[in-house]
Amino acid sequence: MGIKFTLAELCIASASEAFEEDGESLATGIGIIPRLAASLAMKTCNRDLMMTDSESFMLSEPNPIGPRDANFIQANENWMGFSRIFDNIWNGRRHAMVGPSQIDRFGQTNISALGEDYRQPKVMMLGSRGFPGNSISHRNSFFCPAHTKRVFVTGECDFVSSVGYNPSRLPRGHSLEEIDIHRIVTNLCVMDFGGPDYQPRLRSLHPGVSLETVIENTGFELFVPDSLPETIVPTGLQLDIIASLDPHNLRASQIKDDLRGSAN
Amino acid sequence: MNKVKSAKEAIGQLEDGMTIGIGGWGPRRKPMALVREILRTNLNDLTLLSYGGADVGMLCAAGRVSKLIFAFVSLDFIPLEPFFRQVRQSGKLDVLEIDEGMMLQGLRAAAWRIPFIPTAVGLGTDIVEKTSEIKIINSPYDDKEWVAMPALELDAALIHVDHADCRGVCQISGPDHYMDDWFARAAQNTIVSCDELVPESFFNDENAARKVFWERAVTDSVVLIEGGAHPSSCAPLYGFDSEHFRSYAGFAKTDGIKGYLEAYLGKDENDYQSKVGGLQAIRNLPLPVY
Repeated sequence: MGIKFTLAELCIASASEAFEEDGESLATGIGIIPRLAASLAMKTCNRDLMMTDSESFMLSEPNPIGPRDANFIQANENWMGFSRIFDNIWNGRRHAMVGPSQIDRFGQTNISALGEDYRQPKVMMLGSRGFPGNSISHRNSFFCPAHTKRVFVTGECDFVSSVGYNPSRLPRGHSLEEIDIHRIVTNLCVMDFGGPDYQPRLRSLHPGVSLETVIENTGFELFVPDSLPETIVPTGLQLDIIASLDPHNLRASQIKDDLRGSAN
Repeated sequence: MNKVKSAKEAIGQLEDGMTIGIGGWGPRRKPMALVREILRTNLNDLTLLSYGGADVGMLCAAGRVSKLIFAFVSLDFIPLEPFFRQVRQSGKLDVLEIDEGMMLQGLRAAAWRIPFIPTAVGLGTDIVEKTSEIKIINSPYDDKEWVAMPALELDAALIHVDHADCRGVCQISGPDHYMDDWFARAAQNTIVSCDELVPESFFNDENAARKVFWERAVTDSVVLIEGGAHPSSCAPLYGFDSEHFRSYAGFAKTDGIKGYLEAYLGKDENDYQSKVGGLQAIRNLPLPVY
């Protein structure tokens, strides 16, 4: 009798581990699954995390996602407008988990524009937002709901919005050790940059996913350790907390064909 | 001193080719009525600098912008601004793409009257590779390279606030004033629209005074436009108009910005508001939950 969980819940629980050793640091999860992962971490493996209401206050307890009762009072602890966010970012006490459109073998990412010609992009996306500053200032992790070669590209990203472990782009006097890309969680597996010379490394495969599937869907070569564990599945306590943080079940629509509900 | 002007008078101070900064953030507290007033003139060849939302989409699609300085353009719940996207993909827009924080640094440098601010932001990315406008420099204090974020000097800044007095004391009582204080300080001419014009004594209350983020000397013009942020939000007075934004985004797929402006712009702000349901409907828009 295993515990039932969805793929989204597996990803949330697994991604929450990324924040475990951050200490007193601002955890920012952009998107439903990263935000739930950061919130779950703050409720379980790292009670010291800091979090915002995604608007202008820091919270001592994460807010549930989606519409809330009229009598809901959020647990403010200080004002944290956008300009002050940068004071925190540039000081380094933050870990952002974001969902880039492209990720290359160096851990460089793109959320700006697709296509060869930057002057006339094939697809204009958001613009680089805060990615350049985040990537040079503090720890970052990525979540990808659809692990394909379109995301994990073979060459460099079309536009490099965030800095990665690319020696040829390293400015003089700086070291790759200053860059901290911590974890990549996808619908198939968990990865990091712990291979030789920061090579992307497979850490674990989600239950039922084969090594071949991951390799076929990744545009660059992964370092595969001799012993490759299965991703740890969520506990009953984690699932209860996730449900309380996401009472409208917005997580259900985050991963295409999330049918793992009856797994294990 | 009385800095109150009509929207027409205030926007009438602007000239072709100017660099204009627009306050607010995405779909939040944008001086949209002032943007509409620009759209009622023939102003063009503008350089625009904004944490962009529909302000950028409208002005770019209407052909008024020759260059855009931006970190993102988004309506939040519609992540990709449809008109900005079209113009960008047409290859007709000159851009300087920077990080959100670099924009803050550039505005600060302009406000502090220094040529640049050294920073790590942008190092190793295409933000510095795809432009010749942002220089990498050697530090006099260590052996490393740093980005020299240039001052972003503005000919004018457009900002929307909830309360102001006729001398230019401006209050932002919503949860965040974003970078509006830096837009105001970086500009030669700061034009502020307000939802409510109040007497000087309004600010005697220390709680009101604490929500004033720049000194009145920084404000040059005050324009009373109730509901003037619509369709963006002006917390705590009203939220953004998601229905209107959907209609706006729909025009990108059909009749384009021309169709949108024909449907809504009107000859003045009263005319505009009558086309979007009136001031009371704007005031009734619920605040968003994040």
